[in-house]
Amino acid sequence: MSDKNLGSESLSENIEEYLEILYKLSKGDQLVKTSKISTNLNIAPGSVTQMLKKLDAMGYVKYSPYKGAILTETGLKKAKSVTRKHRLLEKFLHDILKIKKEKVHDQACDMEHTLSDDAERALCHLLERPDECPDDEELIPACNFSFQSCEECMERKNEEVEQVGNRKENLVSIVDLHEHEKGKVSFIRGDYKVIRRLMDMGITMGATISMMQIAPFKGPVEIAVRGSKLALGREIANNVFVELIPENIDNNGAAVHG
Amino acid sequence: MDKSTENADNPNITNNNADFTIALAGNANVGKSVIFNHLTGSKQTVGNWPGKTVERAEGKLLFDDYNIHVIDLPGIYSFSTFSMEEIVSREYIAHEKPDVVINVLDASVLERNLFFTIQLMEMEIPMVICINQMDIAKQKGIVIDTEKLEKALGIPVIPTVAIRGEGLQELIKKALEVSKTRKENKIPIDYKAIEYGGEIENRIKLLKDLMDSENLELEYPNKWMAIKILENDPEIKNLVNSKSPNIIPFAYQLELGIEKIHQEPAFAVMASERYGLANKIASGAQIQTDVKITFSDKLDNVLTHPFYGYITSTMVILGLLLWTFIIGDFISGIITNALSFFQPVDPSTSSTIPVILWNGAFGGLVAGLTLIVPFVIPFYILLSYIENSGLLTRVAFMMDTFMHKIGLHGKALIPLILGYGCSVPAIDSTRILESRRERLLAAFAITFAPCAARTIIILSLVAIFVSIWWALALYVLDLVIIFIMGKLALKAMPGESTSLIMEMHSLRMPTAPMVFKQTWNRTKSLIYLVFPIFIIGGAIIQVLYVLGVLNFIGNLLTPLTVGWLGLPAFAGVLLLLGIVRKEFILLTLVSFVGTDLSLALTSQQFIVLAIVGMLYIPCLSTIGILLREFGVKASSIITTANLVTAFIVGGIFAHILPFIL
Repeated sequence: MSDKNLGSESLSENIEEYLEILYKLSKGDQLVKTSKISTNLNIAPGSVTQMLKKLDAMGYVKYSPYKGAILTETGLKKAKSVTRKHRLLEKFLHDILKIKKEKVHDQACDMEHTLSDDAERALCHLLERPDECPDDEELIPACNFSFQSCEECMERKNEEVEQVGNRKENLVSIVDLHEHEKGKVSFIRGDYKVIRRLMDMGITMGATISMMQIAPFKGPVEIAVRGSKLALGREIANNVFVELIPENIDNNGAAVHG
Repeated sequence: MDKSTENADNPNITNNNADFTIALAGNANVGKSVIFNHLTGSKQTVGNWPGKTVERAEGKLLFDDYNIHVIDLPGIYSFSTFSMEEIVSREYIAHEKPDVVINVLDASVLERNLFFTIQLMEMEIPMVICINQMDIAKQKGIVIDTEKLEKALGIPVIPTVAIRGEGLQELIKKALEVSKTRKENKIPIDYKAIEYGGEIENRIKLLKDLMDSENLELEYPNKWMAIKILENDPEIKNLVNSKSPNIIPFAYQLELGIEKIHQEPAFAVMASERYGLANKIASGAQIQTDVKITFSDKLDNVLTHPFYGYITSTMVILGLLLWTFIIGDFISGIITNALSFFQPVDPSTSSTIPVILWNGAFGGLVAGLTLIVPFVIPFYILLSYIENSGLLTRVAFMMDTFMHKIGLHGKALIPLILGYGCSVPAIDSTRILESRRERLLAAFAITFAPCAARTIIILSLVAIFVSIWWALALYVLDLVIIFIMGKLALKAMPGESTSLIMEMHSLRMPTAPMVFKQTWNRTKSLIYLVFPIFIIGGAIIQVLYVLGVLNFIGNLLTPLTVGWLGLPAFAGVLLLLGIVRKEFILLTLVSFVGTDLSLALTSQQFIVLAIVGMLYIPCLSTIGILLREFGVKASSIITTANLVTAFIVGGIFAHILPFIL
């Protein structure tokens, strides 16, 4: 989408693109420099600064001049939702429509803004709860509907997402936790067998997990739960989502973590 | 359910002449085996559960003039994931009805262990709780009030430090006491301590009442089955459905009710409730005095460190390899020297049949000895240390990513490393993997691994007569082949790989007696497998050789050996003899042409012979263990894949090498 003229698109699409890129570059919780956004979106730094100020005013980011921007809780939530739609669409275009890997990104960029929540959910069912998108193997964030597991989502198939309602909290996959961070298990993605195995090991809804070690090269993670230490392979850990338990609130008021 | 009835009737697993039967149950790595070894001493047998590749350890104990049969159930975390270990355990408890189950818990992970305790209690069986590893808990600053725990559970609780034998006398005394009351008073035990939330408890009761009225006459208690049905346990549902069609539809309505209230699948609700209960009991009975960072914690930080972790893991793997090679080579040399009067194929064929048979059988015996003593035993000793100390889980943690490339997870590294020593124990140890598919994938890769015998062939044919660099190149070639074949096997056996879910228990130093006992038990089961194969196989091959059958087949093979591979005509016989033991290729060659092999073979022929010898077939004992673990079909496929690969790769080299050398 680098060669596109963003000016002709509607404001909300424009905002979503910014949030998406901020989410990707910040890995959830790091300050992103204006210049970095500028190169990634291929937009002049001046325009980026202006947009960041606008986003700051809307409460989506915290912008500090000469330093860059960081997503707020609200911004993070919106960013995740757009990113999720984007990555689900990529997966759909690649796996189902058999479109070439190089082309799915741009196509998904165009489609993501108009995808409804119900369509997003249907896509997730169709793709059988995917956890990684095809082009860069990035994690697909959890949905924003207030389900505790995919089983529940399947069982309440007849209800529309509006009836289900949205989650109050921002969910983080445990692979995005930093060492010694803690979270409360709120959602497990995956089929019943995985959920059963995890529950037997003490990873039940509401249980507190703390991150011990993260092996490099997309290796497993080591967590502590209910007094025991467990190693979870990345494919499983990807799918365990927690609500972050803040140890100390960040002093600049921005999200402690995404 | 036929399978389980079969198990129950199997004479191997019932023990009639014992006064009492005690079963040990609990999570993995809580020290169950240590307790088992302490109790039974040398009077134990380790085999398989009928029809399953789950290890079954049982033994005898004489206590207070009572003959006690002790059985060590597999280490499991629950009864709900339907793994072989879980099914074996619950069928055993329901069908064989041990007089008492000793539930062994890790004192330092009380809550998680109690989750399983609650599930045992649901089975309404007589129990004694053994809180083990009190020392480790203490190091971590955890104090457990066993009296409070006893009160909360309504089950006798005995604290132990099994590794030092502390508390085991009291444990067995208590177990015996419970067994005796059980013998006098046969009514099922209803543990009051386990109580779910009202809405669930009501539904369990409704379902149980219906089941009571239907007279199912099943061996599992009705309440337990009611719980399992609500948890959507397919096996119990089928079992119950085969007795009465009314129960499952009714249960389905109840299940829906639970799901409606909790907005969660019923099994998840039950798991959460059990953990809630476990948490309540645990926090009532233990006090964390202070959070201590133990030496084991510090060491752990290094072992799983994103950088140092790789260094330590590599050191463990290399150490295991070097240990096997250096020790193995050294002992193997001694044994071979001591038995050097023996030649595998006696060139003089004028002897009588008994002499020939004896010759062959003795050859097999030597082959067995030079496999077990130098390579298997030292490897098992070190493996046992690595496994029981907890080092293994750390290495598996670090290496998980790499193993994923061939469809396996971190734990599969261990069998593969073992494969560098000897394929037989390596394939035996694939049992640590979760599914048959993964075990097959690992076993397949292992049959290509450069075991000690292959190394000997590479070294003595190529390193000595061609160059050390060519020997090294063949070693690398073998690694490439393992990787390619692993990938191919993955394509041929698609399926979801089990992800790693592994407990990282506290690091600790295993005691020597425990290590030696484990080594001996493992070795013993291999001895029974390997020696008959070697001795009988050796005798048969020798007779075939003397009768000229081998030469005949060897001649039939000339289009392949001479035509395609460019080897001398006698290579056919070498390869046939090498089936028994790969080193025979070398030994027979020496007996044919004398010690200076370069007189008979060109450099090209050395390399091709080494490649084919290295890859062409798993040796007899490997085939034996493949048969035992995976059956005829899988074994034949693996063997054929080996043969085909060997002849293709060997042939390609035979045609390319003239241009290179």
